[in-house]
Amino acid sequence: MAFNAVKEKYRSKVGEVTLGATKEQGGTRGYTITVGGEGALPFLHFEGEIPNRPVVALEVWDHAPADWNACFDSYFGDVYNDAAAWAKKCVEEYGADLIVLRLKGADPDINDASPEDCAKVVKDVLAAVECPLVVLGCGKEEKDNQVLPVVAEETSGENLLIGVAEQENYKSLTAACMVHKHNIIAQSPIDINICKQLNILITEMNLPDDRIVIDPTIAALGYGLEYGYSIMERARNGALQGDKMLGLPMIGNVGFEVWRTKEANASVEDFPAWGEQEPRGILWEATTATALLQAGMDIVVMRHPKAASLIKQNIEELMVANEV
Amino acid sequence: MGLTGLEIFKQLPKTNTGDCGFPTCLAFAMALAAGKTSLDKCPHVSEEAKEALGAAAAPPIKLVKVGTGDHAVEMGDETELFRHDKRFYHPTALAVLIEDTEDVAARVAAFDELEFDRVGLHFVTDMVALQCTSGDGAKFKAAAEAVAAGTQKPFVLICEDVAAMETAATAVADKKPLLYAATNDNYEAMTELAKKLECPLAVKGNGLADLADLVEKITKLGYKELVLDSGNRETSQVLADLTQIRRSAVRKRFRPFGYPAMAFTTKDDPMEEVVQAGVYLSKYAGMIVLKASKKEEILPLVSWRQNLFTDPQKPIQVEAKAVAVGDVTPDSPVYITTNFSLTYYIVEGEVEGSKVPAWIVPVNTDGISVLTAWAAGKLTGDSINKALKENDMESKVNHKTLVLPGYVAVLSGSTEEETGWKVIVGPREAAGIGKFAKDNFGK
Ligand code: B12
Ligand code: SF4
Repeated sequence: MAFNAVKEKYRSKVGEVTLGATKEQGGTRGYTITVGGEGALPFLHFEGEIPNRPVVALEVWDHAPADWNACFDSYFGDVYNDAAAWAKKCVEEYGADLIVLRLKGADPDINDASPEDCAKVVKDVLAAVECPLVVLGCGKEEKDNQVLPVVAEETSGENLLIGVAEQENYKSLTAACMVHKHNIIAQSPIDINICKQLNILITEMNLPDDRIVIDPTIAALGYGLEYGYSIMERARNGALQGDKMLGLPMIGNVGFEVWRTKEANASVEDFPAWGEQEPRGILWEATTATALLQAGMDIVVMRHPKAASLIKQNIEELMVANEV
Repeated sequence: MGLTGLEIFKQLPKTNTGDCGFPTCLAFAMALAAGKTSLDKCPHVSEEAKEALGAAAAPPIKLVKVGTGDHAVEMGDETELFRHDKRFYHPTALAVLIEDTEDVAARVAAFDELEFDRVGLHFVTDMVALQCTSGDGAKFKAAAEAVAAGTQKPFVLICEDVAAMETAATAVADKKPLLYAATNDNYEAMTELAKKLECPLAVKGNGLADLADLVEKITKLGYKELVLDSGNRETSQVLADLTQIRRSAVRKRFRPFGYPAMAFTTKDDPMEEVVQAGVYLSKYAGMIVLKASKKEEILPLVSWRQNLFTDPQKPIQVEAKAVAVGDVTPDSPVYITTNFSLTYYIVEGEVEGSKVPAWIVPVNTDGISVLTAWAAGKLTGDSINKALKENDMESKVNHKTLVLPGYVAVLSGSTEEETGWKVIVGPREAAGIGKFAKDNFGK
């Protein structure tokens, strides 16, 4: 019995989304990044084209985070109070492909930063780095609905990726992205039907599907990772089988989820049986990311520079063509 | 595959003894056709029938066992490509590489301690992979004996030189180690040895096509306790190979690949190794040999393995029964949480760690987490009230104050209304419970 490779014939491929705009394109970025476009399951080059590698972003906050683990001090301690310098460091020293700026300071319970203040931080970061930028709100709908449209307007033409839009709250952000030419993150709570539905709602407002990135919601390793993994895997299978509304690139907030966990943070003194804290945290983050890359994640949002570089290297190795 | 339940039924004894665990031969035949059981479960089936049903009745991937006793490791017998379709059954075995030129006894002792407790579960590193680096049969044998003496867990003997393998394997054959590996150059003698010692045998090919040929040659020699290695070592290619082996077996019932597959990490940096192993664990490796052996390196891998191999249809639940943590008194605090096993055990661990004895009341949310249950309307003032009543908390404590998870602070009002208890909102992450308990309930 001779071996015959089993190759799937897919009906469709994932759509491509381009982030950022250069001067010629109406923005100020030094380069753009295109994600998506896969014609096969993750890294199975033998049965389809994988034109763009997944990209690795590092997370930057608009104010010094109060509760990040002390192990981050040696990387970011000197730039915590300066988002622009922080972003620059992430790109230049830690090799981030792009930056995710989280406007946590807008949270009424934190700094209650005004929409104008937020827009200023975004512009400062844009001025400091050449890479495309992702901007996330503080997570409180009401406030984000005030902040994000202002940010979109003030950065018109930059082709940012802005989030998040949810099923109950997508209209104002979709409209802002339409008018000011940005891309949108459509977030659904690990539910494939809501994921599809939300993409339909957004495209019905005439934002084209090549400007939508899906956040199907993930959890950290040990905290429900398998649910996010399976949703991504289902979405990617659906995309290849021709479901256009699942055929969009996916983003995962890996660092954010992982560094909330006990396993990433607990000291070795408290948990001697779990080994050293910092390498454990790094590997908790990297393992979460490597698993989700196998499910189809396109934009990996990391927090620890070492975990980010491990994942960049992993992606590089997986982008080497394979054959059967 | 291709045989229908009725075609299979014709070959069965039709005596309905029930020994297979099914009430009738017909029910068994139907289950067999659906790939839900295997022919060997019927003790009465004739040799001719076995022959006739052959490949059709065998599971797509053979179950292969390494080692003996409680710690034996079973690999293979998987039926799916994606866990969302059904589930994965036999968690990837992790084997820590030790060379016979090292202080084997010391390394094995350290290996044997690589066990972890997390969220109510116990995790272990399954095997030692002992490599004959010395090239010396006597040394390899001594090392194998040291492994056998040092741990109950099974092991792999890595050596392509048949003479050295024979020396070592014969000495420890009763432990049923996996012999690695039969290759194009040595397969006749290596297969003979495995057969004689009744030990499982790894087959190392030179790419997939070659591997398939080699497996066929070995099965023709009459041996089928096999584990497959494509021989490739590049991350991307190994991913492709593992995927092909699994697909060929499950989709096409391609017999040469109907065995568990294994992979080796290649990185020198342990962190890079863990990430590389993460790829193979996600995609179909039945076993991974790796060098990383520190606790912080292994814990993420065994945790991902546990996550990946859970049943996607059934969240693991705990009984929705109040639990006293520590020496509780009528003054002890009462914490509310859900009966999702993960959630419950995280909270229990923190309450225990806080050193403030307390009651934990897991509300029956059908095994879903705090926020999921809140969003699904299963964690409500009403369901919390029910949990307090059913557990008769009023008679267990002399106060009427409960602690809500911080993420559902919005439930405070309705909870106070429904229960008549006073609500204190706890921290969001359970990790905050230690400090919270000291601040609120410490002396
Ligand atoms: C996995 C998951 C699921 C799984 C459920 C798995 C399960 N068994 O629970 C599935 C896919 C089934 C699911 C479904 C849904 N989900 Co869901 N899900 C998640 C996810 C990714 C992780 C949840 C998890 O397991 N966390 C780990 C556990 C351990 O956390 P936990 O229970 O909260 O416990 C922690 C704390 O609360 C605290 N704690 C716990 N108890 C106590 C007690 C005390 C006293 C204290 C002090 C602390 C404390 O300690 C723990 C560790 O710190 C989250 C998003 C995320 N990244 O967190 C969304 C999330 C919870 N889901 C959400 C939603 C909306 C849903 C759905 C309603 C979506 C839908 N419409 O279908 C459904 C509802 C399901 C149903 N009808 O039954 C939303 C909730 C929105 C909100 N803010 O309220 C979330 C936040 C996603 C999002 N961002 O939108 N979900
Ligand atoms: S054990 Fe065999 S003979 Fe007995 S009911 Fe099952 S299939 Fe029929």
